[in-house]
Amino acid sequence: MSEALPEFQLLAPASVDEAVAALGANPGALASAGGTDLIVRLRKGLSETGTLVDLGGIAALNDITPGAGGGLRIGAGVTLAALAKSAPLAEYPAIPRAVATVAGPTHREVATLGGNLCQDTRCVYYNQSHWWRQSNGFCLKYRGEICHVAPKGNRCRAAFSGDIAPALMVHGASLEIAGPDGTRHLPLAEFYHEDGAAHLGLNPGEIVVAVLLPPPGPVSDYAKVRVRAAVDYPLAGIAVACTQAREGARFTLAITGTNSAPMLVDIADALAEGADADAYFAALEKQVQKAVSPQRTSTLAPHYRRLSVSALAARLARQTAGFAPEDSQRPEP
Amino acid sequence: MKRIVSLEINGRTVEEIVPDNMLLVDLLRDRQGLTGTKQGCDGGECGACTVLVDGRPRLSCIALVAGCDGKRIETIEGQAKGGHLSALQRAFHENLGAQCGFCTPGMILAAEGLLRDNPAPDEDEIRVALGGNLCRCTGYVKIIESVQVAAAEMRS
Ligand SMILES: Cc1cc2nc3c(=O)[nH]c(=O)nc-3n(C[C@H](O)[C@H](O)[C@H](O)COP(=O)(O)OP(=O)(O)OC[C@H]3O[C@@H](n4cnc5c(N)ncnc54)[C@H](O)[C@@H]3O)c2cc1C
Ligand code: SF4
Ligand code: FES
Ligand code: FES
Repeated sequence: MSEALPEFQLLAPASVDEAVAALGANPGALASAGGTDLIVRLRKGLSETGTLVDLGGIAALNDITPGAGGGLRIGAGVTLAALAKSAPLAEYPAIPRAVATVAGPTHREVATLGGNLCQDTRCVYYNQSHWWRQSNGFCLKYRGEICHVAPKGNRCRAAFSGDIAPALMVHGASLEIAGPDGTRHLPLAEFYHEDGAAHLGLNPGEIVVAVLLPPPGPVSDYAKVRVRAAVDYPLAGIAVACTQAREGARFTLAITGTNSAPMLVDIADALAEGADADAYFAALEKQVQKAVSPQRTSTLAPHYRRLSVSALAARLARQTAGFAPEDSQRPEP
Repeated sequence: MKRIVSLEINGRTVEEIVPDNMLLVDLLRDRQGLTGTKQGCDGGECGACTVLVDGRPRLSCIALVAGCDGKRIETIEGQAKGGHLSALQRAFHENLGAQCGFCTPGMILAAEGLLRDNPAPDEDEIRVALGGNLCRCTGYVKIIESVQVAAAEMRS
């Protein structure tokens, strides 16, 4: 037998209302979608619950439909395998590109968009077996007293490590959230908090129902720093969107893997036509270096993650604006 | 909580009373004696436990049996038909695609899922489809060649 899962009951609501009711009626209940984050956590003793509310049977969560004013509405239950193949989503290039880098192909068969956005934060002192963490006195995030990453601090620094959130953020995505008080909408960029132990802006009993995208437009791309070419979380990841405005090329950046929340970085100045592009991209790279604060939460040194994600940001910005790579000899990170 | 589930496993209908927290890998190995499905990492990281659920690859170590009610499960034991190895099994055997063999059932089922969907994958597509399956013996080149040989045979 495998290391046993804790005992729980599995409820299978058929509608969003039933799911919200089931979560409300069973305090401590957790929503479950593809289970590729949640079941692993339960097996390692990183979460506990007496009730799982399986969202997989709710047909209304599984559609990609035209949204208001030419945008898209993507159900939270759409699998990553389906997202990667979606024709309308190809108009938002960073998103399918980010989707294709999540975990491995077998995970993507069942992993969902909602689960990806709501996955737990990660840390080398936390994503370990029960006995490993026990021998280390657990940690502040769960069952312990101190943070092994920042022992003097009083909050968890575990890194948000989802690939898709930054790609959605540079395209201005928002969330449709259902809960005991009805439905509300929230820009995705405001959904996350810089706290590794409580990074999601979900109230008890709420679930993410859909992601709403405005009409496509910007040229965008996504890239991540990882050790292996497959099955690896982003040690840092960056999405860039470029819009051609009257004053020049405007860039919106979003970063994952370096902080407890994915972060949007707005580059205030546009790249005007005829301006010194090399200087502009060098300044953009510096701005990203300043914005991120990677911690010792992964096997790669924070300094390396800071420098590599900034270099990737500048590279993607050049590409999305149609510039040739600055130095094609620069090795891939 | 317990429930009765009905699954089709390698073409046979199976009814079982299972607890809600039972994993598919445990049903297959411990209740059904289908120990060809391997447990490598126990945490969704290695692909050794890959089986097909309704024809698509699935990690049985992080799949709940309760969520597979009514579904069609295929394991490595169901690949040979009438005493004949499947094209992929034979190709792995004849092209040194298996060394210790521990990753092989998962590799073959992930590859089977690929070839049903895409009978003529190029090398990159094979690499992507097997990207979640780790081989501790590291015989990846022979594994990819084995899939290519099987694909060619299945097309002819
Ligand atoms: C080996 C391995 C590698 C991985 N690599 C990556 C990677 O590179 N990049 C990456 O981003 N992820 C990675 N993951 C994590 C995970 O596979 C993905 O994030 C996946 O998209 C999660 O989706 P799910 O449907 O399986 O979520 P689940 O596991 O079902 O749920 C995840 C969390 O979200 C909550 N949740 C799910 N749906 C909703 C909803 N609609 N509303 C509110 N809460 C909800 C659940 O309660 C749970 O806490 C990896 C996982 C493994 C095992
Ligand atoms: S950052 Fe600190 S508190 Fe958070 S998981 Fe890591 S060790 Fe634990
Ligand atoms: S045993 Fe299931 S992925 Fe390793
Ligand atoms: S053949 Fe030994 S693990 Fe792959």
